[in-house]
Amino acid sequence: MSTALLYALVGIGLFSLGLYALIVHAHLLRKILAINVMGSGVFLLLIALTKRSVTSFPDAVPHAMVITGIVVTVAATALALTLMVRVAIENRCAELSDQSEE
Amino acid sequence: MLSSEIPWGALLILLPLAAAIFCFVLPRLAALTGVVAVILVTLVVGAFGWQLYCQGVYQHAVGGWGAPLGIDLYGDGLSLLMLVMTALVGLAVTLYARSYFSQKQARVFWPLWLLLLAALNALFLSADIFNLYITLEMVGLAAVALVALKGGRDALNGAMRYLLATLLGSLTYLLGVALLYHSYGTVDIALLAERIDSSPVVWAALGLMGAGLLLKTALFPLHFWLPPAHASAPAPISALLSALLVKASFYIFLRLWRELFSPLGGDVALLLGLLGALAILWGSWRALRQTRLKLLVAYSTVAQIGYLFVAFPLAAAAGTMLWNGVSYLMLSHALAKAAMFLAAGNLLLFGGHDRIAELDRAVQRLPISTAAFALAGVSIMGLPPSGGFIGKWLLLEAAIEQGYWLLGAVMVVGGLLASAYIFKVVGYAFTRSTATHEPKSIPASMEWAALLLALSSILLGLTAPWVFALLDIGNPFGGVER
Amino acid sequence: MNWSVWLPLLVIASSLIPGVIIFGLAERQVKLRTALNLCGALLKMALVAAMLWGVYHGQHYEVRWALLPQLELVLRADALSLLFVTLSSLLWLVTTVYAIGYLEGSPNRSRFFGFFSLCVTATVGLALAGNLITFLLFYELLTLATYPLIMHRGTEASRRAGKIYLRYTMAGGALLLVAIVWLYTLSGTLEFTPQGFLDDMDEQHHPALIMIFVLLIAGLGVKAALVPLHGWLPEAMVAPAPVSALLHAVAVVKAGAFGIIRVVYDVFGVDFATLLGVTGPLVILAAITILYGSLRALFQDDLKRRLAFSTVSQVAYITLGVAIAGPIAAVGGMVHLVHQGLMKITLFFCAGNLAETLGIHKVSEMNGVGRRMPWTMAAFTVGAFGMIGAPPVAGFISKWYLGMGALEMNQGWLILILAASTLMNAAYFLPILHAAWFREPPDSWPEERKFGDKETAWALLLPPVVTALLALAVGLLALAPFSPLAWVQFVVQREFVP
Repeated sequence: MSTALLYALVGIGLFSLGLYALIVHAHLLRKILAINVMGSGVFLLLIALTKRSVTSFPDAVPHAMVITGIVVTVAATALALTLMVRVAIENRCAELSDQSEE
Repeated sequence: MLSSEIPWGALLILLPLAAAIFCFVLPRLAALTGVVAVILVTLVVGAFGWQLYCQGVYQHAVGGWGAPLGIDLYGDGLSLLMLVMTALVGLAVTLYARSYFSQKQARVFWPLWLLLLAALNALFLSADIFNLYITLEMVGLAAVALVALKGGRDALNGAMRYLLATLLGSLTYLLGVALLYHSYGTVDIALLAERIDSSPVVWAALGLMGAGLLLKTALFPLHFWLPPAHASAPAPISALLSALLVKASFYIFLRLWRELFSPLGGDVALLLGLLGALAILWGSWRALRQTRLKLLVAYSTVAQIGYLFVAFPLAAAAGTMLWNGVSYLMLSHALAKAAMFLAAGNLLLFGGHDRIAELDRAVQRLPISTAAFALAGVSIMGLPPSGGFIGKWLLLEAAIEQGYWLLGAVMVVGGLLASAYIFKVVGYAFTRSTATHEPKSIPASMEWAALLLALSSILLGLTAPWVFALLDIGNPFGGVER
Repeated sequence: MNWSVWLPLLVIASSLIPGVIIFGLAERQVKLRTALNLCGALLKMALVAAMLWGVYHGQHYEVRWALLPQLELVLRADALSLLFVTLSSLLWLVTTVYAIGYLEGSPNRSRFFGFFSLCVTATVGLALAGNLITFLLFYELLTLATYPLIMHRGTEASRRAGKIYLRYTMAGGALLLVAIVWLYTLSGTLEFTPQGFLDDMDEQHHPALIMIFVLLIAGLGVKAALVPLHGWLPEAMVAPAPVSALLHAVAVVKAGAFGIIRVVYDVFGVDFATLLGVTGPLVILAAITILYGSLRALFQDDLKRRLAFSTVSQVAYITLGVAIAGPIAAVGGMVHLVHQGLMKITLFFCAGNLAETLGIHKVSEMNGVGRRMPWTMAAFTVGAFGMIGAPPVAGFISKWYLGMGALEMNQGWLILILAASTLMNAAYFLPILHAAWFREPPDSWPEERKFGDKETAWALLLPPVVTALLALAVGLLALAPFSPLAWVQFVVQREFVP
């Protein structure tokens, strides 16, 4: 097994782990973290697969993608955390509520 | 001609983006900037359409790099349709929002809305699957922020649920992008289309991308996040969400299906059709059972999305005209649903609540909004001569021609259920509630924005041949299949 | 662009545009509203007259608009459409006058007259439709335009009636849509053509065509109130009298009946329909409807409900005439489209007058009403005799041709149906007439309103008298040129002579 493949599998593992956590945990902070773990998994996979063969140079495009992706994830996480705080204040706990106001 | 050299497509992205930043910096001029920018964008869409009409497809290598390394902008008939849809709905929402938001909310609304507009335009002009991810994420984040704008428990919970769904959807999509890039070394859709073949990795990639996009499109049973988010947002934002946002992810799905997915699987198409049919029945039924107006309209969106997917199993044997029908459904649903949400917003604002059973007073005092709701409803029901009728006619024709009787029946039943839930609301115009003479508190522009949208969704039905001619630019639905 | 294009459009626009403007008028702009209504109605009459003259002299009126690349909306004036257009525009004028008088001072009149105009627009559009899809467009518009009229009063009962009406007609529209799309996938055209466009269809498609015929008749039968699809009609009686008059005489039920005529003659063609064997069942269905409607009418005490069931029965005469599939019966059926319209609208106007002036809603309250309202009851009597089929009123002509037509096609048993129906017609109308003219009036009427020395307002009195006279005239002068009978014979020639 090559190193690249190992990293790639770890990446997919992280993604799955994150997905599991996103679905199972009710606490919003855990959900947000889970999403971040998923994102890291995808990025790891992208980087790991850049080197297609032993002899060639790594492909630079995925690096650019990952950097872009990280920027997006940071923005999304910031928004999610802000929203979470406000939701937590409204619901009096950091979990989603099904009840409607009125 | 000078205008032919102007990169109108790039302007469509830059203009609202610049205006968004401007609004953010100078919040006092936000509303003015917003209105001017959206009007300009609409004009630019017109110029862009003319350019497309004269010169064929639009291509622009950003910064001169070109594919596979740089970012390419690409526009054909389908992109144009989406841009026009965005511009029309955007224009009406802008007109509406000018009077709707308080000073404090307006400061947040205008930059976010312009950002959303820029992101949407960028999405419709993107030619590679990674750029589509970026734009999709921008669209999603701006939309979540808009949903949360009003504050309050419902809106915040809806926004949070929406955010989680949208992030999950885009990450899943991105994972698929990574796998595809690994296999073929490019993210350009056209290049991928040439190289793609059937292998387990490709299957996995397409499955992931598809699932992510379907989640964002809220196809049954992945629609759970849509009703709370769409119903709890302020009316102009609900209109944007239902009219444009679900269409954005559907647009990507459609593009990828046409270029990449469809040669790979007929069974998948059948599954999509089945889910679409279930969406129609479930969404319409839930809409009928709602006691709150905005939830009713939101569930109607779930149902109408189903119609878009019913087309997939029919496509293989039906050819271009079916996809024209799907595009038409998208367009007319966008106009009609935006009109409905705006009208519902007026009724809610006037009545102070949106409990359907107690709406009679508002319905009677706001005839223009009620008319807008009813006319938009005609298009949603798919009665002639509305735009919705044209779309459903083409779908029904293909279904009957190919012997998909069950799908055809579901479409017809969906129309009947739609008429049931729409008349459930409109019927309140005919009650004998005591006529109180309180002053009308809804500005005329907010009523007319809804009515004009609704009227255009009806009149759309009379313009199909021209729209199809424009849609044909660059042949987005030719190629792969017959 | 020339007159052959403009005229059909103008005929549509002459009620559409006033209707749209009226929606925007304030409640108190009575004069402007009345002026718009009457001008629209008169203008339409003039335009229709011009069109009649043109068609008679071989002019061709047609407008096309591409709906889809191979599918067009078509408005075309042929002899059959003119029959219906003339009827609708004439009765619209009369009903408008009546409605202005009837609704004086009541709320929401702008809304009422707006939808009223839309309703006539839809009817005229139906009549001028040159293919099935155009027909469908106006058919659905008619549903949407009549729904607010039925709900107009806003009471619980009218809301319930509106709901029932909507359920029936929406389902009917859906069936029609399926049938039309299916037909289109098989034939590739929907254009109304004399003697149909399906006879060269491959034999393997015949079962599908039979299904399509069934679906079409089911979809149209809802509006034409064929049993068992008639349930909405008696319920819809809660609507104001001018609406009931219009629904029963021209708009809704006639739209269904007219559609059936079109489907049998101009889509399938009589010969092909007979070949498929679909006309036989349609005859039976019509016969059942005739008997059932008359039978139910016998037992209604509510005057408008009695008239409603009578409509169920009488409109089925049109279907019967078409389904017998012979030229003479066709004349009888089609001419009944006009005759029934004139007679039934008279009856409803009169019922409205009784309700408005004296508060009479029930047959049992009508004793001696002829002395209080002689003109109204005279008109009523003409209408009732027409319905029974007594010469010289128009109804006699229809029944005569239907009977002769049945004999011509060796369907003599239908004479028995006609006779039974006539007996029942007499049984539910003659007691009313007897009570009204020969019984002593009660000491006081349920809810009397005074109109000086007149029996009621002139706007309420004039319309039924005019329509009653017309019903007499078309019967007496049936053989004159330009009578409905003469015109129908002109239409039928086109269908039956190859």
